[in-house]
Amino acid sequence: MEPMIRIENVSKTFYGKENTVEALKGITLDINAGDIYGIIGMSGAGKSTLVRCLNFLERPTEGTVYVEGKDLSAMSGKELLKMRRSVAMIFQHFNLLMQRTVLDNICFPMEIAGVKKSEAREKAREYLKIVDLSEKENAYPAQLSGGQKQRVAIARALAMDPKILLCDEATSALDPTTTKSILALLKEINRKYGITIVIITHSMEVVQEICTKVAIVDAGELAENGTVEEVFTSPRSKAARKLVFQGERKVSLMKSKRCIRIVFTVNSSFEPVIANMVLECKASVNILLADTKNIGGIARGQMVLQLPEDEQVAERMIAYLRERNLTVEELEDYVD
Amino acid sequence: MLTSSEISMLLEATGTSVYMTLVSTLMAYVIGLPVGILLVVCAPGGLKPRKLVFKVLDIIVNITRSIPFLILMLLATPLARAITGKSYGANATIISLTLAAAPFIARLVESSLLEVDKGVIEAAQSMGAGTWSIVTKVLIGEARVSLIVGSTIALGTVLGYTAMSGAIGGGGLGDVAIRYGYNRWNMKILLATVVLLVILMQFIQVVGSRLSKKLDRRLTD
Repeated sequence: MEPMIRIENVSKTFYGKENTVEALKGITLDINAGDIYGIIGMSGAGKSTLVRCLNFLERPTEGTVYVEGKDLSAMSGKELLKMRRSVAMIFQHFNLLMQRTVLDNICFPMEIAGVKKSEAREKAREYLKIVDLSEKENAYPAQLSGGQKQRVAIARALAMDPKILLCDEATSALDPTTTKSILALLKEINRKYGITIVIITHSMEVVQEICTKVAIVDAGELAENGTVEEVFTSPRSKAARKLVFQGERKVSLMKSKRCIRIVFTVNSSFEPVIANMVLECKASVNILLADTKNIGGIARGQMVLQLPEDEQVAERMIAYLRERNLTVEELEDYVD
Repeated sequence: MLTSSEISMLLEATGTSVYMTLVSTLMAYVIGLPVGILLVVCAPGGLKPRKLVFKVLDIIVNITRSIPFLILMLLATPLARAITGKSYGANATIISLTLAAAPFIARLVESSLLEVDKGVIEAAQSMGAGTWSIVTKVLIGEARVSLIVGSTIALGTVLGYTAMSGAIGGGGLGDVAIRYGYNRWNMKILLATVVLLVILMQFIQVVGSRLSKKLDRRLTD
């Protein structure tokens, strides 16, 4: 199957007066139709530049991007404008027109595309219903909360009837609860309308919550990509590891330097695995990091445990965890 | 007190001043608005960077702005005569007022448009909006409050210029102030023209402020 978006050897260099910045270095990536694809990286990694290359708001210095098989670098100015109408985008700071009502904001892309005003208004109301903000159609953006503004921006994006939705740090300015509801809305849009979604974020949580695939960008290079499960369970690159272990390192009073990481993927949320292991082996462990969630009755997430000094007990614990179908991985130098 | 003929003269002069101010500001906007838009659009890093157009306009605006108004009026006399047939009076003055105000207005428009959030412009670009749509719908629409504040400043400045134009036969309140107030040392008339100018200026400012506040949707009530 032809990918929805093919990023082919894309490099972007910004030439300043005194210094040049290589924001992207030879990135190649396929994003398939229907994917919710996360592009994650620390700030300054180049992910925002990368997403702007997908609709040619930034023109790559080298390489090219294909959308539905069409080479963007071969398009004329007019063709690019037309292509952009099928690639919607939402932003960290929402970027709504402050002097227009909510409804007129949603009408805006249709206005650009030359849709009749009465028809546009009717459609805009439908989109407003999808994002659950019907009662705010005559409000102005300044009267809305951050989450509501992002919902308006999503409705405005839908008004373009897009095949692709690019999200540039769309939840980074929102609190955790609002973030969850926005992510749920994006998920629903992906499922209902089959819109391919590309999510730029610096947060592993966002990726875990919603993405099917993930690419990790580090210092302008593609460090690693694959399904979220693959990358999360066994991160290969240093950048991936750093992002997966986003938690702070804690100094422990336990003397042992032996640490393991456990990844939960299939166990029941209601099975107290660690407590049972401690009871069974009659030795304590120190939980250095725990980030697990109950998703549909299945425990998902990870823990980092510091094992007792006694090697035999430690081995028994690892064996116990492996028996329970958990992925166990030894961590070197997690505690110094 | 003022005689009735003095009063009617002052009222007529007020009317002339208002007429000159409004017409020349309007005409100056016809020139200044597109120039201001071009300065923003063609600037380096603008919507459609055109270095040459930007440089040329930038220099013309700077030169015309640096010529003092009275001298510009003198320089514009041949042009005024060619267009209106006279080198003095209200209509002739309007030509030079327009020339003097246009570059100033171009700068006012430029600074208003530059205030528009770059993110909103980027959003419009991501929707496939062309330069024309972005200028008319995003730049002007989002900057409208600032543009109105700017036009209030422009009207006030032009009103000041009309008074100055009286020095070389421009007509209006400035003319009366010079001929009666200064040349004949009639203090009452001189003061009356000042009071009338103050009232006009206040009126422009109050209307401009009210209008801009009323049209601003960024304030929540």
